[in-house]
Amino acid sequence: MYHAIVFFPLVGAIIAGLFGRIIGHKRSEQLTSGLLVASAILSCVAFIDVAMNNNPATVNLLSWIHSGTLNIDWVLRIDTLTAVMLVVVNGVSSLVHIYSIGYMSHDPGRSRFFAYLSLFTFMMLMLVTADNFVQLFFGWEGVGLASYLLIGFWFKKPSANAAAMKAFVVNRVGDFGLILGMAAIYFTVGSLQFDEVFAAAGALSEGKFDFLGLTLPTLTTICLLLFMGAMGKSAQFMLHTWLPDAMEGPTPVSALIHAATMVTAGVFLVARCSPLFELSPTASAVVICVGAITAFFAATVGLVQNDIKRVIAYSTCSQLGYMFVALGVGAYQVAMFHLFTHAFFKALLFLGAGSVIHAMQDEQDMRKMGGLRQLVPTTWFMMLIGTLALTGFPLTAGFFSKDAVIEAAYAAHAGPHMFGFVLLVVAALFTSFYSWRLMFMTFYGQPRCSTETLNHVHESPPVMLVPLLVLALGALGAGLVFAGSFIGDGQAAFWGASIFTGPDNHVLHDLHNVPLWVKLSPLVMMMTGFIVAWVMYIRSPEWPAQIAAQHDLLYKFLLNKWYIDELYHLIFVRPVAWLARLFWKGGDGYVIDGFGPNGIAANVLRVTQRFVGLQTGFVYHYAFVMLVGVAGFVSWFMLAGGH
Amino acid sequence: MTDWPILSTITFLPLLGALFIMLVRGDEATVANNSRAVALWTTVVTLLLSIFMITQFDGSTADFQFVERVSWLGGGIDYAMGVDGISVLFVLLTTALMPICILASWTSISHRVREYMIAFLVLETLMIGVFCAMDLVLFYLFFEGGLIPMFLIIGVWGGARRIYASFKFFLYTLIGSVLMLLAILAMYWQADTTFIPDLNKIGFDANMQTWLWLAFFASFAVKMPMWPVHTWLPDAHVEAPTAGSVILAGVLLKMGGYGFLRFSLPMFPIASDMFSPMVFALSAIAIVYTSLVAFAQEDMKKLIAYSSVAHMGFVTMGLFTATVQGVQGAVFQMLSHGWISGALFLCVGVIYDRMHTREIAAYGGLVNRMPVYAAVFLLFTMANVGLPGTSGFVGEFLTIIGAFQVSTWTALFAASGVIFSAVYALSLYRRVSLGRIEHEGLEQISDMNRREIFIIAPLIVATILFGVWPMPILDVTASSVDALVSNYQEALAAHYSGLSGY
Repeated sequence: MYHAIVFFPLVGAIIAGLFGRIIGHKRSEQLTSGLLVASAILSCVAFIDVAMNNNPATVNLLSWIHSGTLNIDWVLRIDTLTAVMLVVVNGVSSLVHIYSIGYMSHDPGRSRFFAYLSLFTFMMLMLVTADNFVQLFFGWEGVGLASYLLIGFWFKKPSANAAAMKAFVVNRVGDFGLILGMAAIYFTVGSLQFDEVFAAAGALSEGKFDFLGLTLPTLTTICLLLFMGAMGKSAQFMLHTWLPDAMEGPTPVSALIHAATMVTAGVFLVARCSPLFELSPTASAVVICVGAITAFFAATVGLVQNDIKRVIAYSTCSQLGYMFVALGVGAYQVAMFHLFTHAFFKALLFLGAGSVIHAMQDEQDMRKMGGLRQLVPTTWFMMLIGTLALTGFPLTAGFFSKDAVIEAAYAAHAGPHMFGFVLLVVAALFTSFYSWRLMFMTFYGQPRCSTETLNHVHESPPVMLVPLLVLALGALGAGLVFAGSFIGDGQAAFWGASIFTGPDNHVLHDLHNVPLWVKLSPLVMMMTGFIVAWVMYIRSPEWPAQIAAQHDLLYKFLLNKWYIDELYHLIFVRPVAWLARLFWKGGDGYVIDGFGPNGIAANVLRVTQRFVGLQTGFVYHYAFVMLVGVAGFVSWFMLAGGH
Repeated sequence: MTDWPILSTITFLPLLGALFIMLVRGDEATVANNSRAVALWTTVVTLLLSIFMITQFDGSTADFQFVERVSWLGGGIDYAMGVDGISVLFVLLTTALMPICILASWTSISHRVREYMIAFLVLETLMIGVFCAMDLVLFYLFFEGGLIPMFLIIGVWGGARRIYASFKFFLYTLIGSVLMLLAILAMYWQADTTFIPDLNKIGFDANMQTWLWLAFFASFAVKMPMWPVHTWLPDAHVEAPTAGSVILAGVLLKMGGYGFLRFSLPMFPIASDMFSPMVFALSAIAIVYTSLVAFAQEDMKKLIAYSSVAHMGFVTMGLFTATVQGVQGAVFQMLSHGWISGALFLCVGVIYDRMHTREIAAYGGLVNRMPVYAAVFLLFTMANVGLPGTSGFVGEFLTIIGAFQVSTWTALFAASGVIFSAVYALSLYRRVSLGRIEHEGLEQISDMNRREIFIIAPLIVATILFGVWPMPILDVTASSVDALVSNYQEALAAHYSGLSGY
């Protein structure tokens, strides 16, 4: 069964990718989607078997890299953590496949698109079923490749190609840390297999090792290196710049890769490494800070964006920050729970946005929308559910998971948890505001698009709406149904050995006993955000422009995403390009060649030109000289041999 | 095991083919066709023989196998051939790339076809000889002799600046070979033999090791090529015909690394240990510096050539860690780079044959007209950046794992290569393949034909197969590498315990 779950998508990808032109678009779509649905159903079975009935499994596939004492094998490891991810990945992926049948119906490269989607799914499955760091890295880079391919799917658009490359390169900055982290683990533990590494965590936490001339605490260094990888993949502050640009890809891609699955890989990595992070308070504190700053930063930027997909992209970035705060305070289960519910409502929002874009003939600017509620009522209703879940409306999925994150941040005792708490509460206000702003700008008020576009606005076909419905059910019910198992009384039995929490870690218990004002604060923030958005975009629509004009600097700062792209361009991109040319023209051309061969060559040429004309046969002379030379060497040896 | 001289057969069969081609008579077209056919058949038979050899190879021992030894020049200089787990795969790499080169030159070489094929076959003999030689003098002859046909291939069938390129190539290698020759003489006078297994056991004294190491280093560093003696490579590649580039990157660049493995590490362990910080520094510079330079290139072949230098940086780094992972990773990296860079040069050749320019700016949007080509090129681009699942990853990863145990700074720089390689490789891919077709002449460009796909298919299989399942290669090399590393560490331990005894 586990073979089928993991390899069905690969089979689909290979067939659709290599033979898509032969079997045609329609069969490619049906085949890949069918295999994904099968894989998703099996994943649910696996979830019940592994997580509910506590029956983890490992499946040996093949040996991979054996060198000296380093042994790395292809193994599928299915425990509760994996099972949760299997449901998320295959569930969302199968829905996105089906949705794409409608969304991409006019695209000439459909079979290629479905091949990439299935390839992505396979790589993500390899990532979450990994039994060692290297296999995880295989999936990690594989999803990076798939993301590269899908962001750049419309390869005629220069902006899409640029975004694809940016995503790959920025992710590689994180991978740089991950590779060093793996090397450090092998160096100190002598293995890269999860169980063996985790068993050594206690010893590592007391050890120190020399790294870059410094003597550093082993475990903290390893955790921070691994976290660097997580920051890249999960678009955390400093390494987030690729995610908004990634919206150049088709919208189903944004829903699957850049909301529900791939970007959560960093969260998964830290949760998987809970035995390591749990013993390193320093690393956990860093995780809290980075997560909190990301949650806050991305929410502020989301306030002023006008591209409907970018708003949701920043929202994703921000919610990932929430998950990292939960990880940092030791509430790994809460982080995974938020990951689980977030997958439903964020995929729902993205696919809903896709439905809007589809209806508006590929218009993404919210300033040109408005008043769409009557025209696309089903999409509106689905987006409404997604928004309620995201902002944490009572009893929706987000209400359980997001509030739990905030409560955990308050209840924890470790590190800068109050810093995290405060920023998350503020971010919750922003989240509510930008979410409702999106709803109001898109669906309410007067239509701001041309009449011609307006006449063509149509509700999406059922093939697109049914996946939305399924996700909406999840966004409404996933919290209510699963809260008990994920973070409630049943959590210990549910997670089993897949997540490690130290004996002093009571955050999961304490978060249920926080003061009332803490429990109410997210709710208050949600209400406030809603009211402010209503005032600014429904009651007095002239206000936003006035406020923006009054606070021009702040507005520009937010609109330009804190100028981080510009900063990177200044301190990384331009110096690298400058250095590259300097090394080439100056280093190789002027110094090395100038003093080396060209200097000599110039002299030799001057001499030889007198004797032999510079002709095509010239090289024969050198060959001849060399032959004579070799012959000379041989005779020398023969003489020397007879001494 | 077989009792016939299989290694000599494999080595000299191509030479026989070359002699046969010399006998071909007729008008120009007939000669060309017959030369091509003979060359192809010769290389294919050689490949089959070497495949047969590897099936007979025993991977569980570190000893030389299929040994042939007959007295040759007298005085301890013998004609000795043999392969161990380190060299046997290089033989196979050479024989496997050769038919691909012949096929790749099938239509693109149209003048002096007979001489071209002879040059390639002679080159094959000499390259195989390098990897099979068990005698230092024999090795030297093959090693230096290999330059001549390569020199001719660049000089006669090369591009516009072929004279400059071959001249540069010549100058660089000349200095190295002279020094190496002197070192060989010195070793011979000391040991009275040039039989490699005997030389391994001699244990030169530390002072002498230093000088010998430096002399060999001068030769191997140029061949590698290591920074800063790498500047001949981009020029040589740019001017060489496609098949010449494939062989240059695929096999000739490996001779330096092989030399380090066969001589520097086992024969001069103390010196190797002493100089390893320098090698690490040069490797780290090679990885970062040449990756950056690659990024600035405007010529496709130059870009790939510079990326080769960066990849060879991983090899030298891995070798001198003298850890099992580092050395095995280096060997794997050399083999894998052999087919990946070979394939990349073939990819350049495909569009060069159509458009007759290697300038990156002249292309763009090829995926619109050449989807198969774009897919193949993407695969090898990804292999070049070391994506896990391709063979490019295994070597890079193992060498970094090895380097981390010895020098974290080196590992840090090597790991940064992961970022840089993505920058130059993907920007090349983007500029060549993606976007719209905007340049004249590209509107009608045709996709890869059957011959081109057939040529590159084995390289695709190798890249993916050994990326997912590198064990066949790692198994073959394991015993020899283990023995090499443990002998090395023992020699060092003995040396330093001896010093502390004073």
